[in-house]
Amino acid sequence: MSKFKKKKSGDLPAISTASLPDIVFMLLFFFMVATVMRDTTLMIENELPYADQVEKLQKKDLIMYIYAGKPSERYQGQFGTESRVQLNDKFANISDIQQFILEERESKREELQDKLTTALKIDEETNMGMVSDIKYELRRAEAYRVNYTTKTGEASQNLK
Amino acid sequence: MAKRSAPEVNAGSMADIAFLLLIFFLVTTTIETDKGLNSKLPPIEEEPQDPPPVKQKNIFLVLINGGNQLFVEDDKMELVDLREEAIAFLDNGGGQGKETCEYCQGANDPESSDNPVKAIISLQNDRETDYGMYIAVRNELTAAYNFLRNREAERLFGTSFSKMEEDFNSPDYDGNKAQLEENIKVIREMFPMKLSEAEPKKRN
Repeated sequence: MSKFKKKKSGDLPAISTASLPDIVFMLLFFFMVATVMRDTTLMIENELPYADQVEKLQKKDLIMYIYAGKPSERYQGQFGTESRVQLNDKFANISDIQQFILEERESKREELQDKLTTALKIDEETNMGMVSDIKYELRRAEAYRVNYTTKTGEASQNLK
Repeated sequence: MAKRSAPEVNAGSMADIAFLLLIFFLVTTTIETDKGLNSKLPPIEEEPQDPPPVKQKNIFLVLINGGNQLFVEDDKMELVDLREEAIAFLDNGGGQGKETCEYCQGANDPESSDNPVKAIISLQNDRETDYGMYIAVRNELTAAYNFLRNREAERLFGTSFSKMEEDFNSPDYDGNKAQLEENIKVIREMFPMKLSEAEPKKRN
Protein backbone atom coordinates (compact mmCIF):
# COMPACT_ATOMS: atom_id res chain seq x y z
CA MET A 1 0.00 0.00 0.00
CA SER A 2 2.69 2.43 0.88
CA LYS A 3 3.97 2.05 -2.63
CA PHE A 4 0.91 3.69 -4.08
CA LYS A 5 0.70 6.45 -1.52
CA LYS A 6 4.19 7.56 -2.26
CA LYS A 7 3.36 8.32 -5.83
CA LYS A 8 0.45 10.59 -4.97
CA SER A 9 2.45 12.78 -2.70
CA GLY A 10 4.53 15.69 -3.98
CA ASP A 11 3.83 19.35 -4.75
CA LEU A 12 2.90 20.71 -8.10
CA PRO A 13 6.05 21.12 -10.11
CA ALA A 14 6.93 24.79 -10.69
CA ILE A 15 6.02 26.01 -14.14
CA SER A 16 9.13 26.81 -16.03
CA THR A 17 9.32 30.44 -17.01
CA ALA A 18 12.35 29.96 -19.15
CA SER A 19 10.38 30.52 -22.36
CA LEU A 20 8.79 33.73 -21.09
CA PRO A 21 11.50 35.94 -22.58
CA ASP A 22 10.97 34.27 -25.93
CA ILE A 23 7.28 35.00 -25.89
CA VAL A 24 7.84 38.58 -24.84
CA PHE A 25 10.49 39.05 -27.51
CA MET A 26 8.08 37.74 -30.09
CA LEU A 27 5.52 40.36 -29.07
CA LEU A 28 8.26 42.96 -28.96
CA PHE A 29 9.35 42.25 -32.51
CA PHE A 30 5.77 42.41 -33.71
CA PHE A 31 5.30 45.87 -32.26
CA MET A 32 8.70 47.06 -33.45
CA VAL A 33 7.84 46.08 -36.98
CA ALA A 34 4.29 47.42 -36.87
CA THR A 35 5.21 50.73 -35.28
CA VAL A 36 5.24 53.86 -37.32
CA MET A 37 6.86 56.58 -35.33
CA ARG A 38 4.88 59.78 -35.31
CA ASP A 39 7.10 62.30 -36.99
CA THR A 40 5.08 65.32 -36.08
CA THR A 41 3.72 66.42 -32.76
CA LEU A 42 0.21 67.67 -33.18
CA MET A 43 -0.39 71.09 -31.75
CA ILE A 44 -3.98 71.17 -32.88
CA GLU A 45 -7.12 69.22 -32.19
CA ASN A 46 -7.42 66.72 -34.97
CA GLU A 47 -10.69 64.86 -34.82
CA LEU A 48 -11.03 63.55 -38.37
CA PRO A 49 -14.50 63.20 -39.92
CA TYR A 50 -15.96 59.84 -40.89
CA ALA A 51 -16.44 58.43 -44.40
CA ASP A 52 -17.01 54.93 -45.71
CA GLN A 53 -16.03 55.22 -49.38
CA VAL A 54 -12.38 55.40 -48.47
CA GLU A 55 -9.37 54.37 -50.45
CA LYS A 56 -6.09 53.39 -48.90
CA LEU A 57 -3.14 55.65 -49.40
CA GLN A 58 -0.25 53.86 -51.00
CA LYS A 59 3.43 54.50 -50.39
CA LYS A 60 3.95 56.50 -47.23
CA ASP A 61 7.00 58.34 -48.50
CA LEU A 62 5.06 60.00 -51.30
CA ILE A 63 2.64 61.77 -49.00
CA MET A 64 2.80 65.29 -47.71
CA TYR A 65 0.72 66.01 -44.65
CA ILE A 66 -1.12 69.22 -43.96
CA TYR A 67 -2.90 69.49 -40.64
CA ALA A 68 -5.54 72.01 -39.68
CA GLY A 69 -7.76 72.58 -36.72
CA LYS A 70 -8.17 74.52 -33.51
CA PRO A 71 -5.00 74.86 -31.43
CA SER A 72 -5.05 72.35 -28.59
CA GLU A 73 -5.74 73.57 -25.10
CA ARG A 74 -2.17 74.23 -24.05
CA TYR A 75 -1.55 76.44 -27.07
CA GLN A 76 -4.83 78.31 -26.93
CA GLY A 77 -3.48 81.02 -24.65
CA GLN A 78 -0.80 81.80 -27.18
CA PHE A 79 -2.58 81.23 -30.46
CA GLY A 80 -6.26 81.69 -29.67
CA THR A 81 -9.06 79.34 -30.64
CA GLU A 82 -9.27 80.22 -34.31
CA SER A 83 -8.45 77.29 -36.64
CA ARG A 84 -4.86 77.15 -37.82
CA VAL A 85 -2.71 75.24 -40.23
CA GLN A 86 0.14 73.08 -39.02
CA LEU A 87 3.01 72.08 -41.26
CA ASN A 88 5.60 69.72 -39.81
CA ASP A 89 6.05 70.74 -36.20
CA LYS A 90 4.88 74.30 -36.16
CA PHE A 91 1.95 76.53 -36.87
CA ALA A 92 1.99 78.15 -40.27
CA ASN A 93 0.13 80.68 -42.29
CA ILE A 94 -1.88 79.68 -45.31
CA SER A 95 0.64 81.51 -47.47
CA ASP A 96 3.43 79.21 -46.26
CA ILE A 97 1.85 76.18 -47.89
CA GLN A 98 3.23 76.88 -51.32
CA GLN A 99 6.78 77.07 -49.99
CA PHE A 100 6.23 73.91 -47.96
CA ILE A 101 5.05 71.97 -51.01
CA LEU A 102 8.02 73.15 -53.05
CA GLU A 103 10.43 72.09 -50.33
CA GLU A 104 8.81 68.68 -49.96
CA ARG A 105 8.88 68.18 -53.69
CA GLU A 106 12.51 69.19 -53.85
CA SER A 107 13.44 66.53 -51.28
CA LYS A 108 12.06 63.67 -53.38
CA ARG A 109 13.63 61.91 -56.31
CA GLU A 110 12.84 63.50 -59.62
CA GLU A 111 10.86 60.65 -61.14
CA LEU A 112 8.61 60.56 -58.09
CA GLN A 113 7.94 64.26 -57.90
CA ASP A 114 4.72 64.20 -59.87
CA LYS A 115 3.38 61.24 -57.89
CA LEU A 116 3.20 63.13 -54.61
CA THR A 117 -0.14 63.23 -52.84
CA THR A 118 -1.17 65.75 -50.25
CA ALA A 119 -3.06 64.29 -47.33
CA LEU A 120 -5.33 66.82 -45.68
CA LYS A 121 -5.84 65.96 -42.04
CA ILE A 122 -8.41 68.49 -41.07
CA ASP A 123 -10.49 68.65 -37.93
CA GLU A 124 -14.17 68.13 -38.59
CA GLU A 125 -15.17 71.42 -36.99
CA THR A 126 -13.02 73.53 -39.26
CA ASN A 127 -14.81 75.96 -41.53
CA MET A 128 -14.79 75.25 -45.23
CA GLY A 129 -13.43 78.75 -45.81
CA MET A 130 -10.09 77.67 -44.45
CA VAL A 131 -10.18 74.38 -46.36
CA SER A 132 -10.87 76.26 -49.59
CA ASP A 133 -7.95 78.56 -48.94
CA ILE A 134 -5.70 75.56 -48.42
CA LYS A 135 -6.97 73.98 -51.63
CA TYR A 136 -6.37 77.21 -53.52
CA GLU A 137 -2.78 77.31 -52.28
CA LEU A 138 -2.30 73.71 -53.35
CA ARG A 139 -3.57 74.52 -56.80
CA ARG A 140 -1.14 77.43 -56.97
CA ALA A 141 1.67 75.07 -56.00
CA GLU A 142 0.45 72.64 -58.67
CA ALA A 143 -0.10 69.88 -56.13
CA TYR A 144 -3.32 68.59 -57.58
CA ARG A 145 -3.59 65.16 -56.01
CA VAL A 146 -5.22 65.41 -52.63
CA ASN A 147 -6.61 62.96 -50.15
CA TYR A 148 -9.08 64.02 -47.51
CA THR A 149 -7.96 61.75 -44.72
CA THR A 150 -10.88 60.39 -42.74
CA LYS A 151 -11.76 57.76 -40.21
CA THR A 152 -13.69 54.79 -41.47
CA GLY A 153 -17.32 54.83 -40.41
CA GLU A 154 -20.79 55.99 -41.31
CA ALA A 155 -20.69 59.49 -42.72
CA SER A 156 -23.83 60.41 -40.81
CA GLN A 157 -21.74 60.46 -37.64
CA ASN A 158 -20.36 63.79 -38.82
CA LEU A 159 -23.66 65.53 -38.25
CA LYS A 160 -24.00 66.28 -34.61
CA MET B 1 45.98 23.68 -14.46
CA ALA B 2 42.35 22.95 -14.22
CA LYS B 3 40.26 24.46 -16.95
CA ARG B 4 38.19 27.28 -15.51
CA SER B 5 34.74 27.30 -16.95
CA ALA B 6 33.21 30.66 -17.72
CA PRO B 7 30.52 31.56 -15.23
CA GLU B 8 27.04 31.35 -16.67
CA VAL B 9 25.31 34.67 -17.26
CA ASN B 10 22.07 34.89 -15.38
CA ALA B 11 19.30 35.32 -17.92
CA GLY B 12 16.59 35.77 -15.35
CA SER B 13 16.24 39.48 -15.96
CA MET B 14 15.98 39.07 -19.71
CA ALA B 15 12.22 39.01 -19.47
CA ASP B 16 12.20 42.27 -17.53
CA ILE B 17 14.31 44.01 -20.15
CA ALA B 18 12.13 42.66 -22.93
CA PHE B 19 8.99 43.81 -21.12
CA LEU B 20 10.44 47.26 -20.74
CA LEU B 21 11.06 47.52 -24.48
CA LEU B 22 7.69 46.00 -25.23
CA ILE B 23 5.88 48.55 -23.11
CA PHE B 24 7.80 51.37 -24.76
CA PHE B 25 6.73 50.24 -28.22
CA LEU B 26 3.18 49.59 -27.09
CA VAL B 27 2.91 53.15 -25.86
CA THR B 28 4.50 54.81 -28.87
CA THR B 29 2.61 52.81 -31.47
CA THR B 30 -0.08 54.69 -33.32
CA ILE B 31 -1.90 52.71 -35.91
CA GLU B 32 -1.92 55.32 -38.62
CA THR B 33 -5.22 56.15 -40.25
CA ASP B 34 -4.11 56.77 -43.76
CA LYS B 35 -7.35 56.24 -45.54
CA GLY B 36 -9.52 58.82 -47.12
CA LEU B 37 -11.32 60.22 -50.09
CA ASN B 38 -9.10 60.87 -53.06
CA SER B 39 -9.70 63.80 -55.31
CA LYS B 40 -7.98 65.83 -57.93
CA LEU B 41 -7.93 69.61 -57.89
CA PRO B 42 -8.38 71.55 -61.11
CA PRO B 43 -5.50 73.68 -62.33
CA ILE B 44 -5.83 77.41 -61.98
CA GLU B 45 -6.72 79.01 -65.26
CA GLU B 46 -4.52 81.92 -66.18
CA GLU B 47 -7.20 83.83 -68.00
CA PRO B 48 -10.79 82.85 -67.45
CA GLN B 49 -12.16 81.53 -70.69
CA ASP B 50 -15.77 80.90 -71.48
CA PRO B 51 -16.72 77.55 -70.07
CA PRO B 52 -18.03 75.11 -72.63
CA PRO B 53 -21.81 75.28 -72.78
CA VAL B 54 -23.43 72.73 -70.52
CA LYS B 55 -27.14 72.12 -70.57
CA GLN B 56 -28.82 73.01 -67.33
CA LYS B 57 -30.37 69.57 -67.04
CA ASN B 58 -26.93 67.96 -67.07
CA ILE B 59 -25.95 69.76 -63.90
CA PHE B 60 -26.82 68.41 -60.48
CA LEU B 61 -26.50 71.28 -58.05
CA VAL B 62 -25.60 70.37 -54.49
CA LEU B 63 -25.35 73.22 -52.03
CA ILE B 64 -24.40 73.18 -48.36
CA ASN B 65 -25.15 76.44 -46.62
CA GLY B 66 -23.50 77.97 -43.59
CA GLY B 67 -25.93 76.25 -41.23
CA ASN B 68 -24.87 72.84 -42.60
CA GLN B 69 -28.16 72.39 -44.42
CA LEU B 70 -28.17 70.48 -47.66
CA PHE B 71 -29.95 71.77 -50.76
CA VAL B 72 -30.21 69.81 -53.99
CA GLU B 73 -31.47 71.73 -57.02
CA ASP B 74 -32.75 74.38 -54.58
CA ASP B 75 -34.82 71.91 -52.54
CA LYS B 76 -33.88 71.01 -49.01
CA MET B 77 -32.81 67.40 -48.63
CA GLU B 78 -31.61 65.08 -45.90
CA LEU B 79 -28.19 63.51 -46.22
CA VAL B 80 -29.56 59.97 -46.28
CA ASP B 81 -31.50 60.67 -49.48
CA LEU B 82 -28.60 62.24 -51.34
CA ARG B 83 -26.97 59.03 -52.52
CA GLU B 84 -30.13 57.70 -54.15
CA GLU B 85 -30.88 61.05 -55.75
CA ALA B 86 -27.36 61.29 -57.20
CA ILE B 87 -27.57 57.75 -58.57
CA ALA B 88 -30.91 58.53 -60.19
CA PHE B 89 -29.44 61.64 -61.78
CA LEU B 90 -26.27 59.98 -63.12
CA ASP B 91 -27.98 56.84 -64.30
CA ASN B 92 -30.92 58.62 -65.90
CA GLY B 93 -29.83 58.33 -69.53
CA GLY B 94 -32.45 60.63 -71.02
CA GLY B 95 -30.38 61.39 -74.13
CA GLN B 96 -31.63 60.81 -77.65
CA GLY B 97 -29.72 60.00 -80.84
CA LYS B 98 -25.99 59.90 -80.39
CA GLU B 99 -26.32 60.87 -76.76
CA THR B 100 -28.17 57.69 -75.91
CA CYS B 101 -26.75 55.81 -72.97
CA GLU B 102 -26.90 52.09 -73.64
CA TYR B 103 -25.98 50.85 -70.21
CA CYS B 104 -28.09 53.17 -68.10
CA GLN B 105 -30.93 51.66 -66.11
CA GLY B 106 -32.51 54.90 -64.95
CA ALA B 107 -35.88 56.49 -65.59
CA ASN B 108 -35.00 58.08 -68.97
CA ASP B 109 -36.48 61.31 -67.72
CA PRO B 110 -35.95 63.96 -70.41
CA GLU B 111 -35.74 66.61 -67.68
CA SER B 112 -32.69 64.99 -66.06
CA SER B 113 -29.20 64.15 -67.36
CA ASP B 114 -28.61 62.92 -70.92
CA ASN B 115 -25.70 60.64 -70.33
CA PRO B 116 -23.38 59.90 -67.39
CA VAL B 117 -20.49 61.11 -69.54
CA LYS B 118 -22.13 64.53 -69.73
CA ALA B 119 -23.51 64.69 -66.21
CA ILE B 120 -21.78 67.06 -63.85
CA ILE B 121 -22.29 67.29 -60.13
CA SER B 122 -21.66 70.78 -58.90
CA LEU B 123 -20.79 70.98 -55.23
CA GLN B 124 -21.03 74.37 -53.61
CA ASN B 125 -20.48 75.36 -50.05
CA ASP B 126 -20.36 78.39 -47.86
CA ARG B 127 -17.28 79.58 -46.01
CA GLU B 128 -19.11 78.81 -42.78
CA THR B 129 -19.86 75.19 -43.64
CA ASP B 130 -18.29 72.60 -41.35
CA TYR B 131 -15.65 70.37 -42.86
CA GLY B 132 -17.35 67.29 -41.37
CA MET B 133 -20.55 68.04 -43.25
CA TYR B 134 -18.65 68.64 -46.47
CA ILE B 135 -16.90 65.29 -46.16
CA ALA B 136 -20.22 63.56 -45.45
CA VAL B 137 -21.71 64.99 -48.65
CA ARG B 138 -18.62 64.20 -50.65
CA ASN B 139 -18.73 60.68 -49.29
CA GLU B 140 -22.33 60.22 -50.44
CA LEU B 141 -21.51 61.50 -53.92
CA THR B 142 -18.48 59.22 -54.16
CA ALA B 143 -20.71 56.38 -53.01
CA ALA B 144 -23.10 57.09 -55.90
CA TYR B 145 -20.28 56.85 -58.43
CA ASN B 146 -18.89 53.74 -56.77
CA PHE B 147 -22.29 52.07 -56.80
CA LEU B 148 -22.72 52.63 -60.54
CA ARG B 149 -19.15 51.68 -61.37
CA ASN B 150 -19.45 48.49 -59.32
CA ARG B 151 -22.68 47.62 -61.10
CA GLU B 152 -21.13 47.99 -64.54
CA ALA B 153 -17.95 46.17 -63.57
CA GLU B 154 -20.09 43.36 -62.23
CA ARG B 155 -21.99 43.21 -65.52
CA LEU B 156 -19.00 43.45 -67.88
CA PHE B 157 -16.20 41.73 -66.01
CA GLY B 158 -17.95 39.79 -63.27
CA THR B 159 -16.16 41.54 -60.44
CA SER B 160 -16.68 44.76 -58.54
CA PHE B 161 -14.85 47.96 -59.42
CA SER B 162 -13.43 48.39 -55.95
CA LYS B 163 -12.03 44.86 -56.13
CA MET B 164 -10.44 45.66 -59.47
CA GLU B 165 -8.79 48.78 -58.08
CA GLU B 166 -7.63 46.93 -55.02
CA ASP B 167 -6.08 44.21 -57.18
CA PHE B 168 -4.42 46.80 -59.34
CA ASN B 169 -2.75 48.44 -56.36
CA SER B 170 -1.78 45.20 -54.71
CA PRO B 171 1.73 43.93 -55.45
CA ASP B 172 0.60 40.36 -54.86
CA TYR B 173 -1.87 40.28 -57.72
CA ASP B 174 -0.75 37.65 -60.20
CA GLY B 175 -3.29 38.21 -62.96
CA ASN B 176 -2.83 40.32 -66.04
CA LYS B 177 -2.25 43.87 -64.84
CA ALA B 178 -2.33 45.53 -68.25
CA GLN B 179 -5.70 43.97 -68.95
CA LEU B 180 -6.93 45.05 -65.54
CA GLU B 181 -5.82 48.60 -66.15
CA GLU B 182 -7.66 48.58 -69.45
CA ASN B 183 -10.82 47.34 -67.74
CA ILE B 184 -10.60 49.98 -65.05
CA LYS B 185 -10.27 52.61 -67.75
CA VAL B 186 -13.37 51.32 -69.51
CA ILE B 187 -15.44 51.64 -66.35
CA ARG B 188 -13.98 55.05 -65.55
CA GLU B 189 -15.00 56.27 -68.98
CA MET B 190 -18.53 54.97 -68.56
CA PHE B 191 -18.98 56.92 -65.33
CA PRO B 192 -16.37 59.67 -65.24
CA MET B 193 -16.30 61.41 -61.90
CA LYS B 194 -17.18 64.97 -62.76
CA LEU B 195 -17.39 66.75 -59.48
CA SER B 196 -17.05 70.44 -59.93
CA GLU B 197 -16.41 72.69 -56.97
CA ALA B 198 -17.02 76.37 -57.03
CA GLU B 199 -15.13 78.75 -54.80
CA PRO B 200 -17.19 79.14 -51.65
CA LYS B 201 -19.31 82.20 -51.44
CA LYS B 202 -18.53 84.92 -48.98
CA ARG B 203 -21.12 85.48 -46.32
CA ASN B 204 -23.39 88.38 -47.13
